[in-house]
Amino acid sequence: MSTPDVSTPDVSTPAGRIVYDEVVAARAPWSRVVKAGETLRIVDLEGNQAVDCILYRADDPVERYSAADTMTGQNNVYLVTGTRLLSNEGNALMTITGTTVERHDTVGGACSRESNSLRYGHHTRAQHACVENFVHDNARRGMGKRDVVPNINWFMNVPVEADGSLGIVDGISPPGGWVDLRAEIDTLVAISNCPQINNPCNGFNPTPVRLIITAP
Amino acid sequence: MNNSRHALTGLAAVGDGDRSFEVASKGTRAVESISTATTHGARDHARSQAGQRAEFQPTIPAAAALDRPPGVAAEDMLWEETVEPGNYTARVLPRGADLRLTDLAGDTCVQLLVFNAAATAERLNLPDTVKIQWQAYLGRGALLLSDMGRVLLSVREDTTAGHDLFNAMSNQARNDARYGSGSVHGAAPNARDRFAVALSKFGLSRRDIGPAANLFKKVIVAGDGSFTWHGDESPAGGQLLLRCEMDVLVALTVTPHVLDPRSEYTVTPLGVTAWRGAVTAGDDPVRLSTPERTRAFENTEDWYLS
Repeated sequence: MSTPDVSTPDVSTPAGRIVYDEVVAARAPWSRVVKAGETLRIVDLEGNQAVDCILYRADDPVERYSAADTMTGQNNVYLVTGTRLLSNEGNALMTITGTTVERHDTVGGACSRESNSLRYGHHTRAQHACVENFVHDNARRGMGKRDVVPNINWFMNVPVEADGSLGIVDGISPPGGWVDLRAEIDTLVAISNCPQINNPCNGFNPTPVRLIITAP
Repeated sequence: MNNSRHALTGLAAVGDGDRSFEVASKGTRAVESISTATTHGARDHARSQAGQRAEFQPTIPAAAALDRPPGVAAEDMLWEETVEPGNYTARVLPRGADLRLTDLAGDTCVQLLVFNAAATAERLNLPDTVKIQWQAYLGRGALLLSDMGRVLLSVREDTTAGHDLFNAMSNQARNDARYGSGSVHGAAPNARDRFAVALSKFGLSRRDIGPAANLFKKVIVAGDGSFTWHGDESPAGGQLLLRCEMDVLVALTVTPHVLDPRSEYTVTPLGVTAWRGAVTAGDDPVRLSTPERTRAFENTEDWYLS
C-alpha cells in the first residue's frame, strides 16, 4: 500500500470526512473494519480490475457475507445500487449506495490455484490467486480456509445466458469507476485485488485500486 | 421445573405412596401392559418397543433395505432412509458409491452440503461448480466440484425437472418471518440450524455451513438476472442419481425452498438410497466430456495416489 499517486485518474470525492485513503497494489490482499455508518469507496483506478471481497460481522465473524442470501433477498444475481449485502443470518452487513458501473458479480467466486488448474490447465498451479490472499489475510485473524466463502467480485462481468451458459467476460468498468458501500453494522471487509492473468476479469493485467473510507 | 410439578402433584415427599398414577396420566405409554414403576419394569417396557417401523427412519442393517435397486446385492447396500420433511440426515460414503435421492411424493426439496470426508476443510464450492463447467444449471453429466479443484459428486441420472445452485437456504430469521417460527423444535425448522446440528456431529460448526445446492426445485435465471420459480415441475418419483467420486461426508436437509411462494411450510419426504460401486474409470464418458471435467478427475485421482 502507498499514498495515492497523483498520476492516477481523478475520482469524484465522496461526501463526508475522509478517515482512510490508500492504494492497494495489484495482486495484494487488504482488510479493515469499516464502522457502522462509514462508507467504503473502491475505485478501479485503471479500469477492468476485479476486486474480490468477503464481508464478516466484525464482532462475530461466524456471521459473514452470503452470496446466496443476497441474491435471494433481491431476487436477482447482479449487484447494483441499492443491493443489501446480506449475511448468512439474513442481516444487512453493507449496502451499495452508489456505483458508476452497471452491475457487479457474486456468482463467479474467487480464483484459486486449484480452480485455475481446471479452467486453464495444470501449468497454472503455481500462480498467485485470490483464495491465497484471503487465506493469508484470514490467518492473521484466527480464521482460515473454512472462512473463505463465496464472495463478491466488484467490477467483474459474469453474464448468465438463457441456456445457462455462464462465464467471466470482458469487463464493463472504465478507469476511475467506483462503488460505494455503506456499513450497516461494524464490518470486516476483506479484499483480494485479483491477480488473475488467465481470463479477461482484469484485462489480463492486474492493476492497483484505491480505497477511501469516509465518515458522515 | 420438576420441583414445581412435583409440588403441584403432591410428589415432593419422596417415597410418599404410589406415584405410578401421576406419571402414567401424562400420556399413553408405548406398551400399556408393562408397569414402569421399577427399573426391571422400565427395562422390559423399553425393550418391548423394538421392532416397530416408523414412517421416517433408516433401515438398519442396510442389507435389509425395503427398496433395494435391481442388480444391487444386499451386501453392497450402504444406506436406506426416508427423511422426514423439516428434518436432516448426514453420512460418510465411500468413493465409488452411488447415492440415489428420490422425491417420494413429488414435492420434496433438499439442501445438500458435501465435504471431503478425510479433510473436511475441502467442501462443495458452488461458484467453482458453475464457473468451471461454464453452466448455471445442474443436470445429467454435471459435476459438483470442491474448492480444491476435485470432483465430490457426479450426476449420473436425473429424472427431476431441475435444481437451483444460486438461492439461499432458510435460516431462523427467514422462517420466523415467513412461517411464524423457524425453530428446529417447531413446525417450520430452518435449514441452517438443522445443518448446524448435523455437521456438529462430525466435528464441524456453523462456520462450515456454506451455500447448499437446492435440489428438486427448478429455478431459472432470466435475462435481467432475476429468478423465475419452476419449483412445481418435478414429478413424484423423480430421482437424482449421484456417484461419490471421493470419500465424502454428505449432509442434507429437507426443507422448503426459500423462493417457494406457498404461505404454508410445504415439503414432502425424501428417499435416500446408497450402495457400493466402482471408482469411475478412465474412459468414463462424463470424465471425458469436457477438458475441465477431465482435469477435475485427474486432480481427484492424484489425491488418491498417496
